[in-house]
Amino acid sequence: MTSKVLLELRGVSKRFGGLTVIDRLNLVVNEGEVVSVIGPNGAGKTTVFNLVTGVYPPDAGDLLLDGQSIAGLAPHRISTLGVARTFQTLRLFLNMTVKENVMAAAYGHTRANVFQSILRTPAARREERAIQALAEEKLAFFGQRLMGYRWDQPAYSLSYANRRRLEIARATAAKPRILLLDEPAAGMNPVETHEMSELIARLRDEGGYTILVIEHDMHVVEGISDRVVALDHGIKIAEGSFEQVATDGRVVEAYLGLRTAETK
Amino acid sequence: MEPRPPESTRIGVDEWVASAAGRTSGHAGAFGLLRRLVDRVPDPARLAIFVAAAALVPVLTSDQYVLRVGFDTLIFALLAIGLNVVVGLAGLLDLGYVAFFGFGAYAYAILSSDHYGLHWPAEASVPVIVVATAIVGLLLGLSSWRLLGDYLAIVTLFFLQAFVVITTNGNDVSFLGFGGSTDLTGGPNGIPGLDPFTIFGLEIDSERGYFYLALVAASIVTAILYLAVRSRTGRAWQAVREDPLAAQLMGMPVNRLKLLAFAFGAGIAGLTGSIQSALSAGVFPDNYDVPLLITVYAMLILGGVGSLSGAILGAIVVNVSLEVLRDANQARWLFLFAILITLVAKVRPWPKLVAVLGGLVGFGYAMHAIVAATWPAGTKGEPAGGDAIGRAIQSWLIHPSHSALEIGNYAFVILLLAVLGLTLVRGVWRTVALVPTIYLAAFVWENRLIATVEAQAATRFLVLGALLIVLMAARPQGLLGSSRVEIV
Repeated sequence: MTSKVLLELRGVSKRFGGLTVIDRLNLVVNEGEVVSVIGPNGAGKTTVFNLVTGVYPPDAGDLLLDGQSIAGLAPHRISTLGVARTFQTLRLFLNMTVKENVMAAAYGHTRANVFQSILRTPAARREERAIQALAEEKLAFFGQRLMGYRWDQPAYSLSYANRRRLEIARATAAKPRILLLDEPAAGMNPVETHEMSELIARLRDEGGYTILVIEHDMHVVEGISDRVVALDHGIKIAEGSFEQVATDGRVVEAYLGLRTAETK
Repeated sequence: MEPRPPESTRIGVDEWVASAAGRTSGHAGAFGLLRRLVDRVPDPARLAIFVAAAALVPVLTSDQYVLRVGFDTLIFALLAIGLNVVVGLAGLLDLGYVAFFGFGAYAYAILSSDHYGLHWPAEASVPVIVVATAIVGLLLGLSSWRLLGDYLAIVTLFFLQAFVVITTNGNDVSFLGFGGSTDLTGGPNGIPGLDPFTIFGLEIDSERGYFYLALVAASIVTAILYLAVRSRTGRAWQAVREDPLAAQLMGMPVNRLKLLAFAFGAGIAGLTGSIQSALSAGVFPDNYDVPLLITVYAMLILGGVGSLSGAILGAIVVNVSLEVLRDANQARWLFLFAILITLVAKVRPWPKLVAVLGGLVGFGYAMHAIVAATWPAGTKGEPAGGDAIGRAIQSWLIHPSHSALEIGNYAFVILLLAVLGLTLVRGVWRTVALVPTIYLAAFVWENRLIATVEAQAATRFLVLGALLIVLMAARPQGLLGSSRVEIV
């Protein structure tokens, strides 16, 4: 693939006290790619997301979004530059309605200040209509599941799978260039998991998003990934196509232990 | 509404689950019917109805006392909707809120009185006060960058106490030794003799005028907040309340939004303070302390945190019921009415309700007869206030002619135990125990709680506490709040 680099991590390290969670990690995501990050629990996958989105500043190294350094920027600045994410443990705005959840995420790329909103100036009204339309468009991406009467229901009334979908809808309403999905299929049944795989493919093909995804379900990883990166103890142990990574000795060792790897 | 696809089996489909949950959540019974009716009215019409109804009050009565209570209620409503921005929308537990109210009041006192000989008209002083209070709010809001929940509550409460201490001792202030010392706040005596509120040459000099002033201010502030809530900023405030980290990762500058909420709330409190102090014609440090804070919080919680109309309703319910308790006759009405409403709403089916009411009447006359036969002085007391109802229940309720207060004290303790006992028994015994408990409550109410003026003052707060306890059990989200989940 020869397309340009959208996100690049250069020798990024993160330590919590004496524990090095991410150790000199290099990672490249090209525009239009779906890259999966896999690894056993505690490998540092979610920490990578937290570093990219600015929840933690990196201790060493640099993060580049489209060639521009985003290391040390506040999370909302990074979001405005085009990074949006979902959460492994869902973090919806539970007591807001489904539509408000999505509309709220338009904050970063809208301009009307509170006084313009109160006076309902023409610009503010135009923008508000655009936000409404954007939210409806993003929710329509999920077929009938988040449509109609659901718009005005509080997010807490949604089923678990619909909450995951709503999180993705909310993330896309931030108009990201790169979408970070943290275990989108976690806790879903096989049918929903399959749907989620198709949804991620649609997000790339129809939505045009570049996607970095953490996933434990290897069927999903196999189905969606252009490239797979395996982490263990904060170190990249393998990278390549799904087949290459899945058969890599160090990956098998990280998941199953040393003896299994030896007997293979 | 979108057309729903026809489905053969709907049970268990999550649309069905959601709609069933929607039907069952608080839309049953008389209250549910009322709620549905209220829901059907569009929001601007609701505000218009409220303003029109309130504007009629001074037309219907020229009673100074009623107008003053109405004015106070509007002031409380303003405070509650201002507090709602910080607590209800942005989710920041601000216990220093009434300091901004005090700041606005003192600022008006300094700008418009003989204290410094400044006599600014309102059109000049009010904008300055609102902006200055908002800036102070902004500064206190800085503490919310690092502090959340209980920690923020403590720091803001400290700010309120600091405000009280500064105003109490601010009668001898020097600025780093320059220019000698000055009397800034009048110390414990406060600043008396404030100018009446004068706006563009129009001097407001009557209770009626102040009532309309407060009504105009409340309507404008309500409209502003209504528009603010339904905007980009309002949604962002709520997102910050729900999940600050998720909000920030979705592009919202959480810290700036918190400051904005603090500044908004403080500005509203400052405006309210200037209006309130103009009518009181004086400011005193004791008026802006913790009791006021608790009252405003009680109003907001009672009405429903996060709900604009709830904040206004809470202010009306709390302030009016507290005022009603100042008069023994009205207090008796309130008590009997509350008991009756509660029984009608909660005791079902109706034969049980009839049994309870009948039992209550019979029990009372029986007790009265027994006491009259064994201790004649026990029924010779005079009802406080003594209107028709008060005399009418004299043949039903025991009212000793002497040591009624002492007996009332013991009865009060027994009543508390009886209410506790009532929560422990189940089934038919609860219904049976209900009758003497209500009778005992009526006895305590009549002989102790509303018997003297001093008792009435304490009763006001007992009732407020009881109201909040009942509400917490029956409707935790408040009268007009929407039910919330914290963790799912």
